[in-house]
Formats: sequence, C-alpha cells, structure tokens
Amino acid sequence: MSANVKVDMVTIILNGEEVEVPDGINLIEAAQIHGREVPHYCYHPKLTVAGNCRMCLVEMGMPMRDRGTGEPVLDSDGNQKIGWIPKPVIGCGTNVSPGMRVNTDSPLAKDSREGIMEFLLVNHPLDCPICDQAGECRLQEFAMDYGRGYSRFVERKNVKPKRTRLGPKVTLDDERCILCSRCIRFCQEVAKDDVLGFVDRGSYSTLTCFPGKELSNNYSLNTVDICPVGALTSSDFRFKMRVWFLKESPSICSESSAGANTLVESREGQIYRITPRRNDSVNDTWMTDSGRELFKKVKSESRLTAHRTNGCVDTLDAAVSFSVELLSNEKIAIVGSCNSSVEEQYLLRKLADQTKAKIHLPGHFGEDDGLLLSADRTPNLRGALATGMVKKYPSDNLKPLALQLVKGAVKTLLVVNEDLFALGITKEHLKKAKIIYVGTHVNETSKMADVVLAGLTVFEKSGTFINRNFRLQKFFQAVPGPAGLVPDFLVLNRIASELSGKVAESLGLESLWKEIGKLRTSCLKGIAYREIPSDGLDLDPGKLADLSYVEGPALNFSPIKAKTTDKMKPKAAKD
Amino acid sequence: MDAELMQMLALKVTYALVMVSVVMSIAGYTVLAERKVCAWMQGRVGPNRTVLPFISAIPFIGPFLRNLGLFQPLADGLKFLFKEEIVPGHVNKFYYYLSPIVALVPALTTMTVLPFGEFTNAEGFTTPLVLANVDLGILFIFAISSLGVYGIVLGGWSSNSKYPFLGGIRSSAQMISYELAMGLSVLPVFLWVNAPGMTGSGLSLASIVNSQEGTAWLVLVQPFSAFLFLVALFAETNRLPFDMPESETDLVGGFHTEYGSFKFGIFFVAEYAHVVIGSAIFTTLFLGGWHFLPWVADPWAPGWIGSLLGVGWFLAKTFCLIFFFIWVRWTLPRFRYDQVMKLGWAKLLPLALVNLIFYMILVTYLDQASAS
Amino acid sequence: MIKTVVMERKPLSLSERTYLPQIASGLKTTFSNLFKKKVTLQYPEQRPSIPRGYRGVPTLVKDPNGREKCVSCQLCEFVCPPKAIRITPGHIPEDDEERSHVEKAPEEFEIDMLRCIYCGYCEEVCPEEAIFLQENYSLSGYSREELVNDKEKLYEMGGTLPDKHFKWDKKKTDEEQGNAH
Repeated sequence: MSANVKVDMVTIILNGEEVEVPDGINLIEAAQIHGREVPHYCYHPKLTVAGNCRMCLVEMGMPMRDRGTGEPVLDSDGNQKIGWIPKPVIGCGTNVSPGMRVNTDSPLAKDSREGIMEFLLVNHPLDCPICDQAGECRLQEFAMDYGRGYSRFVERKNVKPKRTRLGPKVTLDDERCILCSRCIRFCQEVAKDDVLGFVDRGSYSTLTCFPGKELSNNYSLNTVDICPVGALTSSDFRFKMRVWFLKESPSICSESSAGANTLVESREGQIYRITPRRNDSVNDTWMTDSGRELFKKVKSESRLTAHRTNGCVDTLDAAVSFSVELLSNEKIAIVGSCNSSVEEQYLLRKLADQTKAKIHLPGHFGEDDGLLLSADRTPNLRGALATGMVKKYPSDNLKPLALQLVKGAVKTLLVVNEDLFALGITKEHLKKAKIIYVGTHVNETSKMADVVLAGLTVFEKSGTFINRNFRLQKFFQAVPGPAGLVPDFLVLNRIASELSGKVAESLGLESLWKEIGKLRTSCLKGIAYREIPSDGLDLDPGKLADLSYVEGPALNFSPIKAKTTDKMKPKAAKD
Repeated sequence: MDAELMQMLALKVTYALVMVSVVMSIAGYTVLAERKVCAWMQGRVGPNRTVLPFISAIPFIGPFLRNLGLFQPLADGLKFLFKEEIVPGHVNKFYYYLSPIVALVPALTTMTVLPFGEFTNAEGFTTPLVLANVDLGILFIFAISSLGVYGIVLGGWSSNSKYPFLGGIRSSAQMISYELAMGLSVLPVFLWVNAPGMTGSGLSLASIVNSQEGTAWLVLVQPFSAFLFLVALFAETNRLPFDMPESETDLVGGFHTEYGSFKFGIFFVAEYAHVVIGSAIFTTLFLGGWHFLPWVADPWAPGWIGSLLGVGWFLAKTFCLIFFFIWVRWTLPRFRYDQVMKLGWAKLLPLALVNLIFYMILVTYLDQASAS
Repeated sequence: MIKTVVMERKPLSLSERTYLPQIASGLKTTFSNLFKKKVTLQYPEQRPSIPRGYRGVPTLVKDPNGREKCVSCQLCEFVCPPKAIRITPGHIPEDDEERSHVEKAPEEFEIDMLRCIYCGYCEEVCPEEAIFLQENYSLSGYSREELVNDKEKLYEMGGTLPDKHFKWDKKKTDEEQGNAH
C-alpha cells in the first residue's frame, strides 16, 4: 500500500555526506538506510519511541536561521551557519528535517555510547555462559562494538531475583534487565494486554507484572524476541540449545490464514524454536505463542512415519500402486485440505479431473483475535480457491459427502490430512468405502484407511501458501522428514501420472509452477515460482474477492480491503 | 661290515643334525645380533623383554640375559610357527610352497663341505672336522650356493604379484652378475696355494686353511682378492648395500611380500644362514680358519681340547665377520639397481680379471725364480 | 632481486670415486655410536616427563570445593573443530542450596576421543575454566563406544584444579551481603 503513496524525500548531511532520506523518519532509520548503524536498545520500529536507553545518542545540528526574521544566518564565507546542539540527542526521538547535520561517529557520539555502555554494564551480571540470549544479545554486540572493553566498577554488583515467572511461557531474569521498556510497550500497544510495568527507583528498578496479573496472552513470547538482552527468556526454550547452533529456515506459520512469516530454527534435524520473521505487510515482527508450539507435532508419538497398505508397513511404490488401483474404480470422492500447500491442492485438482471425482473441502474455523490469529484456522484456504480445487467457500463439515456415502455414490475416498470423523462422517457411512489417506499424523481416519501415504509436515517440505491478504508466500524445508518419506506433492504427482498410465517424471517446485502458471482463470496465472519474493506476492483475487470470508479486521488486514483491491494487479504481471 | 656302515651312517646323520642345529641357531642369534647392533648404533636398546620364567628369577644373571634379549629368537621362532597361515588366492600354490625350501636347502647344504676345525690324534694324524671332506670343496660351495637364487626367483614368480616379481628379477640378475666376480676373485687364492712349492693341494678347503697355518693369512697375501670376494659375498647374500630383492622402500618386501608366517620365517632364516655360511667361507679362505694368528703357531696342544679351542677360534672369527656384515648394513645406504649392475659388470668383473692375471704372472714369475 | 649463483661441483678424486674412504668414515661413525648412551625410554615402567602446557586428554574439572564448574554454555562444542564435543544442557533445580544460583549445568557431556584432535580450543574458550587438557596422553579401548568419554568419566579424569576466581561463590556473597534488593 505504501508503494502507491508518494513519499517526500529530504536531504540531510549524515557524517558529512549528503544523503536523501524519506521525510519524517527518525535518525536511526535514516542512518540505517545509508548503512550506518546507530546502536539502540529501547527503540523498536514497530513500537512507540520511549527514548529511555540513551544508547542512540548522536550529534545533531541544524542550519541556523535568525529567530526574528527567519533569514539564514551566514558565516564570513557566505555559507549558512550550522547550529550544533551542544549536547547529543537521541536518534530514535529525532526526526529528519531538510539540511539537518547528523554525526553518528563523532568523538562526542562515541564518548556518549561508551559511557552509556559502561553504565548499563555496571550492574549487569555478565553471566553470558548461562544466558540464553548470548549470541543474539544486543548488549554483547554493542559491548564489543561500542564498549570500552573493561570495567572500572569495583564495588559489589546489585543482586536481583533471577528466576521470576512472569507468565506461563516467560521467565524474567531481573539482573540482566536494562529497563528499555520494550516489553511494556509491546503489551500496551500490540498485545493490548497491559500487565507489565517498572517498580522501584534507580538501580532498584525492576520489571514486574501488575499485582494479580500475569503475562499470559497469546503474544507473550514476542516480549522475549524483542528483549534486547537476556532478561526475558522463553520458559520452553530456556537452556535447550545455544542460538549459534541454530539454522534458520524461512517458513510460514500454518496456524491460521494470517500466514505470519517465521524462521524455523533447528539443529541437526531437530527444531528448537520458531521465531517471527519481519514482514511489514503481514505480521510486522510478531507471531502468536500458539504458532510457536506447532513444531512439537513434528516428532510427536502420533506421527505417521511409514506408508501402509491394509494396515501393514509397505514401500512407497506398493502404496502408490495400490492407491492407483483403488482410484481406477468409479465413484470416487476426494477430501482436500486447507492445510495443503498450493502445489498439493493443484495436483489434487488434477487428480480429481482425471478420476472425475468431486472434491470436498472442509474448513476449520475459530475465533478471530484481531491480530495474527484469524478466524480461519488453516493456512491455505485461499489456495484451494485460487487453484480452482473448489469453487465455493468451504463449510466446517462434510455433510454433502455424508449424503453421497449414504446414497452409495462414493466407493473410494482419497482423504488428505483431514479426520473425517471430526467433520460429521460416521463409521456407518464409511462401511462400504475404501479409504486412501495422505497425511502426517495418526487419526481415526488413518486407522481405518486401506492405504496410508505418510506425508511431511510444513517444516519438512517446501511450498507456498496464500494467506488472508491473498498474499502468496513461500515456505522452505527446515528439517529432513522421517526416512523414506517424500514430499506430498511428489506422491500426488506419482498417483496422477500412474493413473494415466505414465511413469512419473521427476518433478520440482519450479517445473510444477510452470504448470500452475498456465491455469487460465486463476489468479495464479503467469506466476513463476522463482519470481515469488521472499516476503510474498500480493495476488489479484478477482472474483474470489466476492466470497464471504470469515476473517475480521486484524493487523495489516481489513476484510473490505481484500474486496476492494481487485483492481490491483499482481506484481509479476506489472513487471 | 654292515654294522660298521650302519654305525658310520648313524654317526654322520648325528653329525649332520648337530651341525644343522648349530648353524640354524647361529642364524637365529644372528637375527638377534642384527637387531641389537642396529639398536645400539641408533642409540636404542633393542629387544630386552622376552624372558623364560625360571631364568628371570635368577638374580643378576636373569635380568642381564633378559636385557641382552637372549630369548628373543625363541619368541620370534614361536611367533612364526603360530601365526595364521595366509596364502593369497592368486599364487601358484606348488611353487609358492616350494620356494622357501629351495631357498633354505642350498644354504644348509653348503656347510657339508665346510671345515670348521681339525683333530689331531695321538699318532699325529690330522683329520679336518667336516661332514664331507670333498676335494672340490670350493666348487661344491659355488655350485650349491648359487642354487639359492632359485628360491628367490621362484618365490617372486609364484607370488603372481608385481613387487615380488620385480624382486625376483632383480635378484636373479644380481646373483648372476656377482657370481662371476666372486668365482674369479677366489681363483688367485687357489693359484697361490697350489703353486709349485706350496703346501696346498687341490680345491679342498681344509688344505687352504692349513696352508695358512703359522704363516701369513691369505687376506694379507692377497688383500685385493679378499676385498673383491667380500664385496661379491655381500651381493650374493643379498645384504645391504646390495639388498635389491627386498628393498623395502621401493618393493614393499621384495620377493617375500606375499609370504607370511612360517614360510616367511624360512626365507628369513635362509638369508641369515647364507650370511653365516658366507662368513665361515671367508674365514676359511682368507682368515686362516681355526688357526690362531698369522705367523703364530697354534698355542693349544693337539687333542680334543685343542680341536675344540680351534673350533671356538674359528667361530670367533666367523662372528666377527658376521658383525662386520651387520655393521656395514646399518652404515651404508642401498645402491640403486643400475648402480648394482654397473658395479658388478663394469667394475668388479674387470678388476677380478686384472687381479687374476696379475697373480698368474706373479705365480709364474715366482715359480721361475724358485726353479732357477 | 634474487641472484642465482651456479656453484661448480668439484670433480671427485680417485679415492672419492671408489667411495672407500667415505665408507670407512661411515663405519667409524656407526661404530662409535655403539658405545654411546642409549636414549630409549622403557615406556610402561618409565614415563616421560610431561612439559608444561602439554595437551593431553580433555577433562572436566571441579572447583576446590568439589563442585561442578561447567555451566554447559556449549562454547567448546561450538569451537571444537572436529565436532568431538556433545553437550546436553540442563537446569540446576531451584532447591539446590549450594548451586541453584548457577542455574545451568550439563545434563550430559560427551567427548568423542576418536574425533578429538587435542587442539585445546575447548580449554581456551571455556569461560568457566572447567575444561582442561591435562597430562593423560595414553588412552585405549576395545570399542568405539568406550572411547566416548561421558560426563562421569570426564570428571573422574579431571579431578580438582585450583581456582583463581571463584566466580559463582563471589556471586553468592554478593547476593548475601551486597545491594540485595
């Protein structure tokens, strides 16, 4: 949206260099645009400016004007005089204006930072060896970059409680807290759950929950993310793994149609935590606590780790050929899933065309929290619409399928990752039907299925989702799946190929997208996988915008907007 | 008559067995000597761990013997016996088994004609102590000892593998080259000994030894012949600096690369048996055999004691020579193969010829001088 | 600029060409060596003296009060070039009177001695001075598993070393006497 708004540029002189920056931004952002780092703790781009850490002190001056006349004051050479402010100013609280002089590395600025660092470290416990933040700690980084290297403080350090429980998921180490108030502001401004505050004064200042309250909202772990030091730590991740071992893979939160951008952090095939990835058009820098828990399902007891035919473990080849055999019959129905990626949904549609099957798609709905947990609790409902897998907006049950089963119009059922029994189907209905189940976890349906094709979770495969903004976003494989399992889209492709009597060609996402890009009436037309940017691609929903979606207004999303942006073209088409 | 013959035979067989075991144990202890001397030269201690249970309990002597490594050959021999017998699949089995035998038998056969002392009975009648006092002693030795190369060539060839094969080839070429020089270098000795007016008779080794009694040893008379013979002996026994067939650095193990356990042990002992026999021959030919010192009559009285002392003296000389063999081995580097060939054909052979012709002329001149 | 000087080799004299004088002098050298003092160390009975700074088998040490020093910061695991170290971090329960203020301690600590290259980086990087490459240089085992030293074995080998800092004890006295909140 910001692309359409014309931003005025102003010229400032940054470290003696004339640079252009957008009007209205503060000095930290302005310096960052031009590759200068202004260290800061309390400033966060998505929160209000508090200006209490004083780390971002810079030297600033303005061209002098006569107060009475407004005329520029000239020096003896005829140039406009610069009125340097005698004391340093905070970069976060100072916005740019034309002609502004800023020095981020003048002796004064450096001195100020050194002083601030020394004061911050006076009572800091220096327990980096046991601190979970070590490795991603701003205090460590800035102490290295801007600190003075040694401490002159010889007195006893302050001692504060080290294991305070702020809420079910957050632990506070008071000694490490530098009182930046980011967490307080987050709770007030973003989570709208005002529970945190400082008590006491001076070096006794302490972060605490208001009496009788605790930090228990579904966004509490974001305070851990934004805490620049190790004061707030995740009780779940605490002491599990040092952050420098973790490999970060970009992914998409599959909890709801909000489609928060995430980083899946893993080591040696084991996921340790999920953190939000900044995307200003989707989730800013936040994500839900519940979304961070999803990785625990990857290694859960109920995970399907092997393909099965008639209840016995079997090879993929055997399972696929048995599926093909079952699908060659008539009277087939397919139960698709809004949890599948766009590619899988596309292949499912292809399979339905081949077998003349009807696709039933159940939706999963919940409460909208107005932030990043939308009412549609599946990541890719819009994908099913975009690929043309279904035409109508899904309902939360499978009554039409139940009717057909009763009538005997369905003999074989291909179910993708859905539990039929939770969706209004009973054992009575399925008496005569053969079931092929493609999915990741054991459920009642998989227990009944004649063929089980074990699939991969969102963390073990790559693909794309379309979120509630009709934004096409890529997710990538973070960890390898259980041995012997291949991505679902390859399994579906094999079934589709073998159904038509061909041997499946090796297929990559790129080549699959060449096919998807040929969909005529879809908003996915003309898109190549490679051209989808890492922060997603806004699609033109076209007629799909007219459907009645369940999501209410939320962070970076308004339902009306989704309907009125039908004139907006996809970026790829514009290029 | 028959009984006498039987007794003779039994006696000879006993003698032969005693001699074989003596030579074999000397060969075994030569291995130990090699290890010890090499260790000392390199600032090490050498084998000093093996011990027999009772002997180690004796104060002073037990530890002393242990430090000397006196029981090491026993342990080595037992090890060879009890090692797993591995026969590579690609070998020619018959010749593979045959070659160690072919290597050892000539080494032991040569000692039949080797005199190592003499016995003078009460009547003053002297018999050399030898299994077979053959007149053609030296010829017999040359004939038999050069058969030893067949063991090596066969071993190299039957192993059916490149390094042993190369080792075998080199060995045969080297043996042939140096045999010539060796033969030519001893001829002057016999010329000298059998010259008119001299005491010697024929090619018998005992007579050569006796010709050196109380007079100059032949090494002093014919130092150049002795030198040529010694060099050729090094080459014939495959000792460094002429150990072409083995040359660990370029041929892994040479002809015995594919051999293990007892078969390797036989090759190993055969090599040292060659060294022992070679030293004994050199002692016989050039160092006066069992006689005391040049120009000095034997200080011991004839009889059993005298002949035992003579045998001891003979062995002492042989051991000194064995030490010399070892000493040279741990001093000199190995020749390159082409250098070995060049030395054999272009240096030693002409020198031996010149040497022979010189002594022919000298002997003729002396003969003429004494006749006139 | 480097100048190349071609040195003419002196032609060999006749005696030199026979090699005999050289061989004789070589024999002299080796013979004189026969009687020199032997340098052999009779190993299992005699042990070499370990020089200062020797890097033997890495071990975990305890402080003079017999307390675990390692806090499982995993820096050694990170710095280990052959990835021989594997640590499972763990909590120290809050009811541990003596050490609850340290909070963190290794649950399991394994060093795979088949991988270890004795570089000593772990000792160098350790902020708690808990891992030391001590004097033990001889280690053997019958299986691969035996050569993976676990926490118990590492502490057994490490023993106790003097501590200059008593960092955590200081922290505790701070807590008791300092500007407690």
